[in-house]
Amino acid sequence: MSFKVLDDRAGQVIRTSKLATVEMTCNKASAAGSVSQRACTFCGSRVVLYPIADALHLVHGPVGCAAYTWDIRGALSSGPELHRISCSTDLREREIVLGGEKRLEESLRGLITRYSPKAAFVYATCVVGVIGDDVAAVCKRVEDEVGIPVIPVMAEGFRGTKRDGYSAATRALLELIGTGNIDAIGPLSINLLGDFNVAGESWIIKEYFARMGVEVVSVLTGDGRVDEIRRAHGARLNVVQCAGSMTPLAKAMQEKYGIPFIRVSFFGIEDTAHALYEVAEKLGDPAVTRRAQELVREELGKVLPALKEFKKDLQGKRAGLYVGGAFKAFSLVRALRQLGVTVALAGTQTGSKEEYEELQAVCDENTIIVDDTNALELANYLVEQDIDVFIGGVKERPIAYKLGLGFCDHNHERKIPLAGFEGAVAFAREIHATATSPIWALMPRKAARVTAAKAKAVSS
Amino acid sequence: MSCATEQDAVHSTSGEATVNPCTLCAPLGAALASAGVRDTVPLLHGAQGCATYIRRYLISHFREPMDVASSSFGESQTVFGGESNLHRALDNVVRQYQPALVTVATTCLAETIGEDVGRLLRSYDERRSTHLPVVSASTPSFKDGHVEGFHAMVRALVEALATQRGPQIRTVNILPPIISPADLRHLREIADAYELSPTILPDYSETLDGVILDHYCPLPTGGTRIEEIAGMPRALGTLDLTLTGKAPRASAVLTERGTATKILGLPIGVRACDSLCDALAELSGNAMPAWLEKERGRLLDAYADGHKYVFGKRVAVYGDPELVAGLAGFLAEVGARPVLCATGARNRALQDALSGLPAGSVEEVLEDTDFGAIEAACARLKPELVIGSSKGYRMARALGVPLLRVGFPIHDRLGAGRLLHLGYRGTMQLFDSVVNTLLEAKQSSSAVGFSYL
Repeated sequence: MSFKVLDDRAGQVIRTSKLATVEMTCNKASAAGSVSQRACTFCGSRVVLYPIADALHLVHGPVGCAAYTWDIRGALSSGPELHRISCSTDLREREIVLGGEKRLEESLRGLITRYSPKAAFVYATCVVGVIGDDVAAVCKRVEDEVGIPVIPVMAEGFRGTKRDGYSAATRALLELIGTGNIDAIGPLSINLLGDFNVAGESWIIKEYFARMGVEVVSVLTGDGRVDEIRRAHGARLNVVQCAGSMTPLAKAMQEKYGIPFIRVSFFGIEDTAHALYEVAEKLGDPAVTRRAQELVREELGKVLPALKEFKKDLQGKRAGLYVGGAFKAFSLVRALRQLGVTVALAGTQTGSKEEYEELQAVCDENTIIVDDTNALELANYLVEQDIDVFIGGVKERPIAYKLGLGFCDHNHERKIPLAGFEGAVAFAREIHATATSPIWALMPRKAARVTAAKAKAVSS
Repeated sequence: MSCATEQDAVHSTSGEATVNPCTLCAPLGAALASAGVRDTVPLLHGAQGCATYIRRYLISHFREPMDVASSSFGESQTVFGGESNLHRALDNVVRQYQPALVTVATTCLAETIGEDVGRLLRSYDERRSTHLPVVSASTPSFKDGHVEGFHAMVRALVEALATQRGPQIRTVNILPPIISPADLRHLREIADAYELSPTILPDYSETLDGVILDHYCPLPTGGTRIEEIAGMPRALGTLDLTLTGKAPRASAVLTERGTATKILGLPIGVRACDSLCDALAELSGNAMPAWLEKERGRLLDAYADGHKYVFGKRVAVYGDPELVAGLAGFLAEVGARPVLCATGARNRALQDALSGLPAGSVEEVLEDTDFGAIEAACARLKPELVIGSSKGYRMARALGVPLLRVGFPIHDRLGAGRLLHLGYRGTMQLFDSVVNTLLEAKQSSSAVGFSYL
């Protein structure tokens, strides 16, 4: 049976061509019955706020939403680890009938007493939106009583897509930003938006900026602290790494505080160098630019030999990738090209029309590009495009492995930092370890090819 | 033995909120049960996230593809009802998967807005020219957890599909709780050894522990065939290994439809395995096969070799009620003390299931609990070993006590699907693991570093 994309998903799968850029249908609700790889509005808000380590994160609803997001991201903290526990109001039938406000209020009081957080986020889940709890009123009441910010995150799962969850997180963060003292912040200062310190990546990037003499006022939200976020409005530039989740916040801060923003990526050596240069340029201090150049030269000297070694083995391999936001996709296409690897399948959960145009421009001809795809499409295109290594998250992993091809986790659960210059080497090592593993020669897909090639050699 | 307090009976035992849940939501159990029926796609009626989160959770454990569809509610479905989305979802699932069966489980959202799924499915059927078999279960997580959701879907499957009447056939029905694919395979092996072809419902031993493929199959091979389910009332008997509390059992439906049911604990430990084998011997008229007799003997031999290492050891056990009860029975049988038995399940079945254990071996039972409360209980009871899912790792680490990983979920080790807990063979593996975990703790904390233990 030949593969056909669902009618409901027409326009969400395109093939790149030199002749024309195609407009992607995107940013729409997942088609019913499609088995999307994407979650919900709640998920969008939860992933963004999750790394704030000294805040209480209380999921208001039945227990599942909290259970599935317990310790779900490898977002590291250098201090408190409140973000790694899972708190739920665990609503039961009684609250569904009578309302959950009382339970929410008691839970908040109890948890705040027990854990002494610097702030509390209350995530409203689907049923809360239906039973009509006044979450904002409860938060306000508790906030007045306990004296820490208690912030409602109105991200009921049905309210939209994961992107709408990003907006809900933005609104929550804006409650904190602007409430801290910024007197001590100098002119060479930035916020890093959309780095979540997965496997310690924020620390790598912060170290670069320290060497350049640039102050990082706050990271939103990697290794996040409430007091740092409160001061974020004092920075002179917003550097947006995960553009999908953080562009709304950057735009809001530009409007409200006049802070300009740039979109960058710290994945791959090209993009990392470009990001550092661009920050230096925007800050307008020649000394910073000079230090950035020195840093890039020094780091490249360390990593280029290793990358060249990996490239020898990887030249000509074909990769597929499915990631959250489009900016990571652009970076990965470039980083893989640097390693001699061609991307022949690329997709995102939350890309915008403009971003898909750029993705088409970045990719080679005949690349398949998918928006909010599903398991069957991915499986089909992995085979059709003859992919050697697939880059994605946990839900994509078994699809690759089941077909006997390599996989690299570039999502929440990765334990190895893949950002910055050293991250580029780690990424190359990961791709190398999976793409050149000797086990694939044993797998039926490859083994059949070897047999066929041998038979052909004998007959000719 | 103390019981959960009145307060706890209303809610979890961490106090005002649930901290680190020891349960998943009901639709996860329903989806997992559905994965054990051949050519079946589970569909969750509600917002998209439920299906995606559940897939991710199950994939991290089984390391296998696990497709769960969703009717993907938006705001308008939440306000006006999800009929058209459910119909569209069914259409798209059929288009993509050509399933033999679709199961529909309700999410909290669908239940809260009062969706009448039965009516929506009837209207779907009227619209279609061909009949699509669909089985639905009501699985709101403000009521139930994954254990209850699993039981609810199995019962719904039996109710809807196990309808054949007629002369007896030489089969046995086995209704397991959530166990590993390796356990399911071993149960089949044992029943086969008594020359009783078993109908195990559900049986995800192949679908969630499959072989490598050269091309992708939308539906994994394996699972109980719908025709097998249909024939369940004609079996020689039903062995029900579940604990459902006051909730109705799937086996009760089969009893009504003419087959006798025996309710057994999970076969962990010599006595529990003997009960299973006795039941199979009685149904089949066959004696225990020689190889199984040998495995039994080997297990007893291992008990003799290792009994002193485990005697009097204080152990905390947590997880699904059937597994906890089975493990507690096994631990007591070898002279260890399951001082804490805890489950996040809400069906209040565990306490009763433990009543047969020697007095004093269990000191505390927690039901409808969370890891916050389990950790507090461990601090009081001071276990020397913790046995349960990987979700207790941080607790065990904080307590400085070794953790033996069993059951579901295991998210930080490879091979969860291949862990064998059941039968004489599985018990032997468990016993070896218990002893070796204790020995390793002893060895690594010893200044001498003995090379013989």
